[in-house]
Amino acid sequence: MDNPPLSNPQISADGALTHLLSTEGLPREILLNILDTASSFLEVSDRDIKKVPLLRGKSVFNLFFENSTRTRTTFEIAAKRLSADVINLDVARSSTSKGETLLDTIDNLVSMHADMFVIRHISSGAPHLIAEHLNRIDRSDIHVINAGDGRHAHPTQGLLDMFTIRHYKKDFSGLKVAIVGDILHSRVARSDIHALNTLGVAEIRVIGPQTLLPAAMKTMGVQVANDLREGVGGCDVIIMLRLQNERMNGALLPSAREYFRCYGLKPEILALARPDAIVMHPGPMNRGTEIDSEVADGSQAVILKQVTFGIAVRMAVMSLLAGN
Amino acid sequence: MPIECFPDAEAQCADLAKIIRPQLNPGTMLVGIHSGGAWIARRFSELLGLPDEIGLIDVSFYRDDYGEKGLHPQVKPTSIPFDVENRPLILVDDVLYTGRTTRAAINELFDYGRPASVRLAVLADRGGRELPIYAEFCAWQVELDPREELILEPDENGKLRWRLEKHG
Repeated sequence: MDNPPLSNPQISADGALTHLLSTEGLPREILLNILDTASSFLEVSDRDIKKVPLLRGKSVFNLFFENSTRTRTTFEIAAKRLSADVINLDVARSSTSKGETLLDTIDNLVSMHADMFVIRHISSGAPHLIAEHLNRIDRSDIHVINAGDGRHAHPTQGLLDMFTIRHYKKDFSGLKVAIVGDILHSRVARSDIHALNTLGVAEIRVIGPQTLLPAAMKTMGVQVANDLREGVGGCDVIIMLRLQNERMNGALLPSAREYFRCYGLKPEILALARPDAIVMHPGPMNRGTEIDSEVADGSQAVILKQVTFGIAVRMAVMSLLAGN
Repeated sequence: MPIECFPDAEAQCADLAKIIRPQLNPGTMLVGIHSGGAWIARRFSELLGLPDEIGLIDVSFYRDDYGEKGLHPQVKPTSIPFDVENRPLILVDDVLYTGRTTRAAINELFDYGRPASVRLAVLADRGGRELPIYAEFCAWQVELDPREELILEPDENGKLRWRLEKHG
């Protein structure tokens, strides 16, 4: 079977966005179009009737092979504000556990006239596999959105982070962005780095303990630092990542307290960044592990705005995909 | 039709404002459809001494051709800075043609509330209606070939003027 290594099934032959799988390889104009469209959707959520009829009659299937209440909920809200019908499948507890393969599950849902799949999977590449399958069976009219796959990508989080940065900083050129924490296991970090590179920020710094920094990081066009004070100094944007508790058991870190001492964002560390720096976090955050409560609740934190913007960004992605 | 023959769009705005003035209900607000209608609504608001606040509508999220054409590449946010409930409204657009844009705009307005009335004001009515929609205020009736598109745009001094584009 002809399968070129650099195939990018998210873009059609005529350059339109068919699926959203990764911010890697997402052309700048498509990325900016998503952000611009999201700006227009922001206002819809402020109305008495928080709905527009764009996706009326479309069926959006949420397939979460890995748990995530918040991401699933924001996708569900986004689809409902576009008037789509949303079907949440508890896949972890249903067919897959009875032995059905992933693509057999998809074929069954295609037979139920699905129009869009929102997929979260513990395995990197699962949404890619599904998108290629749909393209292969000539059903690229059905769209796939990656809602997080393994360590690979979480493109809508990356896009909502870009939306948040643009909202507060207006322009990407000249910005210094720090990403702090468990870079190794973070699909959010990867999605952010690809998008930030495409949008042309001045500098991206990744900061974390050596055990949580992937060796190949420098090839992604970023500066690497192990010292938080040094890394945060003079930054415009600080993106804190969630420290997954299960990492403590794997001998990568001594303890949550030790981690907070070295890599927790505390007021005195934040003071080293630019005075108008913003603090972001994809959630759910662990207070006292990666972030101090005073910072999380402080005036520079934009963490809850990210949640609001996330709905508008997901509405933009869904409506652009369904129109292509 | 050579471009010299086009009526002066700014003068049309002034004429239309004169027609609208005696028929204004108290509390009337203007709602312009992006982008031509928004420019004209701003003119009306000055000429008629109405409040600066005008509503702006981008009907992209309500269009009936989304299934075929997809989302318009440059969607602008809709902004209705006043309460629509029980309010007399004048919807403003540059060109009335099939009526589908007006239909989409009315649908969108009703997602903000139940206005007391909605009347339509346009600079040009080029016929070709596909829906039962009628402009109560209109400055110019014009017959055009279906391949022709009438476009309103500001010139280098910000004055509105007409332009004709031929397709196919």
